[in-house]
Amino acid sequence: MLFFSPLLPIQQMQFMLLFSRQGKLRLQKWYVPLSDKEKKKITRELVQTVLARKPKMCSFLEWRDLKIVYKRYASLYFCCAIEDQDNELITLEIIHRYVELLDKYFGSVCELDIIFNFEKAYFILDEFLLGGEVQETSKKNVLKAIEQADLLQESQNEDWGGLSEDIL
Amino acid sequence: AKYISQCIDEIKQELKQDNIAVKANAVCKLTYLQMLGYDISWAAFNIIEVMSASKFTFKRIGYLAASQCFHEGTDVIMLTTNQIRKDLSSPNQYDTGVALTGLSCFVTPDLARDLANDIMTLMSHTKPYIRKKAVLIMYKVFLKYPESLRPAFPRLKEKLEDPDPGVQSAAVNVICELARRNPKNYLSLAPLFFKLMTSSTNNWVLIKIIKLFGALTPLEPRLGKKLIEPLTNLIHSTSAMSLLYECVNTVIAVLISLSSGMPNHSASIQLCVQKLRILIEDSDQNLKYLGLLAMSKILKTHPKSVQSHKDLILQCLDDKDESIRLRALDLLYGMVSKKNLMEIVKKLMIHVDKAEGTTYRDELLTKIIDICSQSNYQYITNFEWYISILVELTRLEGTRHGHLIAAQMLDVAIRVKAIRKFAVSQMAMLLDNAHLIASNTQRNGICEVLYAAAWICGEFSEHLEEANQTLEAMLRPKVTTLPGHIQAVYVQNMVKLYASILQQKEQAGEKEAAQEITQLMIERLPQFVQSADLEVQERASCILQLIKYIQKLQVKEVPVAEEVIALFAGELNPVAPKAQKKVPVPEGLDLDAWINEPPSDSESEDEKPKTIFHEEEQRHTRHRQPEIDEEELARRREARKQEQANNPFYIKSSPSPQKRYQDTPGVEHIPVVQIDLSVPLKVPGMPMSDQYVKLEEERRHKQKLEKDKKKKKQKKEKRGKHHRHNSLHTESEEDIAPAHHVDIITEEMPENALPSDEDDKDPNDPYKALDIDLDKPLADSEKLPVQRHRNVETLKSPDSELPLEEKKSKKPKKKEKKHKDKERDKGKKKEKEKKKSSKHKKKKHKKEKEEKSKDKKKSKKKSHHSEEEPPASVQNGTLEDEPLPPMSSYRLLAENPYIKMTYDIQGNLQNDSKVTVSVIFENKSTSFLKSMELNVLDSLNTKMLRPEGSSVHDGIPVPFQLPPGISNEAQFVFTLQSIVMAQKLKGTLSFIVKNDEGSTHEKLDFKLHFSCASYLITTPCYSDAFAKLLESGDLHMSSIKVDGISISFQHLLAKICFHHHFSVVERVDSCASMYSRSIQGHHVCLLVKKGENSVSIDGKCNDSTLLSNLLDEMKETLSKC
Repeated sequence: MLFFSPLLPIQQMQFMLLFSRQGKLRLQKWYVPLSDKEKKKITRELVQTVLARKPKMCSFLEWRDLKIVYKRYASLYFCCAIEDQDNELITLEIIHRYVELLDKYFGSVCELDIIFNFEKAYFILDEFLLGGEVQETSKKNVLKAIEQADLLQESQNEDWGGLSEDIL
Repeated sequence: AKYISQCIDEIKQELKQDNIAVKANAVCKLTYLQMLGYDISWAAFNIIEVMSASKFTFKRIGYLAASQCFHEGTDVIMLTTNQIRKDLSSPNQYDTGVALTGLSCFVTPDLARDLANDIMTLMSHTKPYIRKKAVLIMYKVFLKYPESLRPAFPRLKEKLEDPDPGVQSAAVNVICELARRNPKNYLSLAPLFFKLMTSSTNNWVLIKIIKLFGALTPLEPRLGKKLIEPLTNLIHSTSAMSLLYECVNTVIAVLISLSSGMPNHSASIQLCVQKLRILIEDSDQNLKYLGLLAMSKILKTHPKSVQSHKDLILQCLDDKDESIRLRALDLLYGMVSKKNLMEIVKKLMIHVDKAEGTTYRDELLTKIIDICSQSNYQYITNFEWYISILVELTRLEGTRHGHLIAAQMLDVAIRVKAIRKFAVSQMAMLLDNAHLIASNTQRNGICEVLYAAAWICGEFSEHLEEANQTLEAMLRPKVTTLPGHIQAVYVQNMVKLYASILQQKEQAGEKEAAQEITQLMIERLPQFVQSADLEVQERASCILQLIKYIQKLQVKEVPVAEEVIALFAGELNPVAPKAQKKVPVPEGLDLDAWINEPPSDSESEDEKPKTIFHEEEQRHTRHRQPEIDEEELARRREARKQEQANNPFYIKSSPSPQKRYQDTPGVEHIPVVQIDLSVPLKVPGMPMSDQYVKLEEERRHKQKLEKDKKKKKQKKEKRGKHHRHNSLHTESEEDIAPAHHVDIITEEMPENALPSDEDDKDPNDPYKALDIDLDKPLADSEKLPVQRHRNVETLKSPDSELPLEEKKSKKPKKKEKKHKDKERDKGKKKEKEKKKSSKHKKKKHKKEKEEKSKDKKKSKKKSHHSEEEPPASVQNGTLEDEPLPPMSSYRLLAENPYIKMTYDIQGNLQNDSKVTVSVIFENKSTSFLKSMELNVLDSLNTKMLRPEGSSVHDGIPVPFQLPPGISNEAQFVFTLQSIVMAQKLKGTLSFIVKNDEGSTHEKLDFKLHFSCASYLITTPCYSDAFAKLLESGDLHMSSIKVDGISISFQHLLAKICFHHHFSVVERVDSCASMYSRSIQGHHVCLLVKKGENSVSIDGKCNDSTLLSNLLDEMKETLSKC
C-alpha cells in the first residue's frame, strides 16, 4: 500500500552529521526541511545513541522509522540517515567516498582540517551530494570542480584589493 | 557561552560595516556558530547581502550560510528569487553551480514555481557540470511545485541518454526517486531502464535502477519474470557487496510479488539464501547484520528455505553485537517447530542468564514468550515444560515484562485444562516464595506474576494439595507491601481458597480445623482492611464481615461450606474477542430501527450511544434466557439504552478473562462445553524445564515404537472432536506426538455462531477506505487527464494522490446506497447460514423471499460488473494481456525549422458551444523565440474567443517565450454553433526569432482541424441505460467496414476510446458496444465487431450527419492500423 499513501517529500539521504568522539558536532547537512529545534533534538539523540555503541558493533541501527548508517574514521563519526528501503551498503560507500574526497583534498585529513576549513568540507560535500542524491560518482570530477572553484576564488582575491576600494 | 555571546556581538558589529569582505567573514563565522547550535536566523538579511556579492568567494560563503540556515519559514527568502535567477544565468559555471547547490537546500514552493523554467533551461546547458546539478535539483522542484513535472519530464527523459555519465546517472536518480513514489506512472519507461540495466556498468546507477524495478514489479508481474534472469546473473557476477545486496533484496521483493505462477523461483530463492549465508558468515558485522535482515524478509514467504540455516542463525545468537543478536532473534520466531522448540528455548534461556543489560534481556524474554505462544501455542507439545519456563523466567531481575509472564500464566492455566493441576502447584510454590520475587525492589515489574499466581491458586483451588500452606503464604504481612491491585487479587482469592478448605474440612468432619482456619482469616484480614488502596480495603472489610458471620454459624455448628463455595461456583471459560459479533440477532429485533424517535440533537452526539448500544444489545441477548417475553425485553432494552445514552463513560467491558470473572457474575450463564480429558498427569516433584527436554526425548523414542498403534486410535479420536475445539494433538511433523493430549479450549463462542472468516476483516482497517470500486466508470468530474493529453501527462504529482481522494469524496450517493445494499445482502446471507448451522428451522416463505431478493440483486450486480471492467482497463491504458503502444492525441499542427506546433481539442460538458484547443509550442531552433501571437481566420460556425474589445483580426498573444529546445503549452478557446460537421480553420502564428545575429520576424501558417471526434466527450454508460437508448428508436443508423486490420481487438478498442473519445459499455469476445456523447448532448452508440481481418462498426446517433462524419473519421483511424 506504500504507493498509495501520500508520502512525505523525502529522498534518499535525510541528513548527514559529522561529530567527534566527544559528541561535538563538526558538520551537519540536512536534506529535509526541519525546524532548528527538531534538528537539535535529533542530533542530540543520535550522537548519544551512536557514541554508546561499541566499536565491534555493526554500522546500522534502526531509529524511529529511519535507518542510521554510521562509520567512525579516526576520531570522527560520520552518520547518515536513510529511508527504510534504501541500501545501507551504498550509504556506507557514500560515507567512505566522502572521506576519501576530504582526504585527497586536505591531504590525509584530520578532525582539525574540518574544524578550520569547515566551509571547504561543505563545498566538497555539496559537489558530491546534491539534495541527498549522489551527484558525481567520479572522485576526480568532484575534486576538479572544487579546485577550479578555488582557483576562481583566488584569482578574484588577488585583484580584490584594488577593486574593493572602487566599491567603497 | 559568554565567549560566544561576545563573538556574536563582534559579528554584529562586523555585519554593520560596508566592507563586503568583512561581512562575508562574519557570515562565515555565523555559519560555524549555527552548527554549534546557535540561532542565527536574525542574520538572514545579511546572508542575502553576502549571497548577492559579485565575488565568487563571498557568494560561495553566502550560499553556504543560506543553505545551512534558511528553511521554508524564512521570510526573507522571497527576496532571493531575483538574485538566484541572476546567478543561475551567470556566465560563470561556478556561480551557477553554487546557486543550484544552495537552492537545493532551501527551495520553497514559491522559489520552485518562479525558477522552474530557469532550471529547466539549465538542464540543456552546454557544461555537464551544470546539467547534472540542474537535473538533480529538478527533483526538489517537482516536490515543491508538482505542476512543473509535466512540462519538464520529456527533457528529463532525454537526459537518460545524455553523453555525460554524470548527467545520465543524475537523471536515473531523479526518475528512480519519482518512480518509487508513484511507480504506476513510470511503467512505460521500463524498457528503457531495462536496456540501461543490462548495459550500465556503474554500480551506483545499477543500484538505483534495480531499486526502481523493485517498485515497478508489483504493478507489472511480467516485468518480474524478465528481471529474474539478469538479476541472478548480477548476483553471480558482481563483486560489489552493495550491488549484490540490492539485487538479492529486489529478487526477494519480486518473488514475493509473484508468489505464484513462477515455475523455477525456488531456484532463485535458493540462490538468494545461499548468498545471504555467505554474507552472514562474513566476518564483517555489517554484512552479517544485513544478511540476517534480508533473511527475515525471505522467512515471511519461504520459511522452509530459511529453516535449513538454523545452525547459522543460532550461531549468530552468540554474536558480540547486540543488534545482530536481535536480528537473529527475529528470525528464530519463524524457525521453531514442534521438534526444536524446546531446544531453541533452552538455548535462549541460557542467553537470558548470561545477558547483561536489561533491554536485551527483556527482548529475549518477550521473544521467548512470542515464540512459544505463536499461533495459539501451536508448537508447544508439553505445557508443563512451558509453565516451568515461565516460572524460571520469574527469577529474572529487573525485567519490565512481569505482566507479560503473568498474562501467559493465566492464559495457559485457563485454556489448557489438563495443565491446571500442575500450574496450581507451581503457582503455590511461587506464592510461597513470594518474598524472593517481591523483595527485590518495589518497582520491580516481576511481582506482577504474583497477581497471576494468586488468581490461579484461588480459582483452581480444588487442585491445590496443601491449601492451608498456600493460604498462610497469602496472609503473610509482607503481602501488604505489594502494589494495590495485586493485594486486591490476593484478598479475593484468599476467600476462594478459604471456601475450598472449609468444604474439605467439613466433608472430612474436622470441625475444629475448619474453625481454626476461620480464626486465622479473622486474625490476618485486618491488615488488609487498613490498606491505603481503596479496592483492597473495600474487599477486605467486606470479606472480613462475611467470615465473621461464618464464624458465628460455625459456632452454632451449622454446616456452611456448601453455601460459601456457592459464592464462587461456576467455571470460567475464555471468551473469544470475536464472540460478540457472532451472536445472532434474535428474531424480530431490527438493530437498525430506531427504538425511540431520533432526538433532535446534533447528529454526531446521537450516533455514539447508538453504536455502543448496538453491541451491548447483542451481548445481553446471550445472557438472557429466551423465556423472557418480547415485551419485557423491549422495555428493559429501552431503559438500558437511556441509561447508556446518558452515561458518557459507558465503555464495553474488557474481554480479559480474570476481570470478567470479578465484574460479571453472569458468566455462569455462558454455556460451557465440557471436554472429557483423561490425561495421565504425573507431577514429578518440582521439575526444571531442562528435565523436560530429556523426558521429551525419551518419550519421543518410545513413541516411535508405539506409533502404529497410536496412530489408529488418534485418528479416531480426532474425527470425533467437536468442531469448535482446536485439538493440539494432530499428528505433527513426522512422529512427534505431544506428551499429553491437551485440548486447548478455544475461546468461547456464542452457541449458534457461524465459524466464518468474514469478521476477520476489521471494519476499521485503514486500507478498506482505499478499497474503492475502481472498476466503476469514472464520472466526468473525476476523470484523470489520461485521454486527452499525451502520455507524459499521466504523470501525477509525486507526492500527492489527489485524484484518488477525489474519487472517494465525489462518489455519487447512489453508489453508496448500492454498497449498503450489498452489505445488507451479505448480512442476510450470513444470517441465513447461521440459521442453518443452528438448525433452527425457519418458516419457508420467508426464506424464499430473501432468496428472491438476493438473486435479483445478484444478477444486477453481475451485469454491472461485466460492463464495468472493460472501460476501466482501457482507460487506464494498460490491459490484462498486452501493453498498449503509447498513444498521443496531439496531432501536428504545423512545423518549420524554428518551431513545431502540436494540438489537441477538448470539449467539456458544461458548455455546449465551446471547445478548448491546447497547443504545444516547441522551439526546435537554437534561438530564442518571443512575442508569439496566434491568429485564426474565424468561420461563421467557429470563432476564436478573443478578449473583449479586440477585433476579429487581432491575434492572441502566447503567454510565454521559448528558450531554445523548450516546449510549452497554451490554450485557446473557440466557440461554435453546429458540431455535426468537421471544421478547418486557417491560421497564422507570428513570432520573433532572437539570436546572436539579431532578431527576425517569422510567420508560420497552419490549418486547425476540428474533427467531429473532438466534440465528443468520453462518457461512461451502463448497459441497461444503453439498451434503453437503443430501444427508444429515435436514432439514425449507419455503418462502415474496414478491411485489413491486423491489430488485436483490445488495441483497436483502446484506439477508438482514445482517439475518438468513446467508452466501452460491454464487451463480449470480439464484439463490443461503445458509447459517447457530444458536447451538445448527441448520443452516439457503436457496435464494433471484429472479423478475420476486418472490423465492422455499426453506429447509431441522434444526428445522421454527425454520425456519418464520425464514422468516416474512424475509418481513417482504423485504416492506418
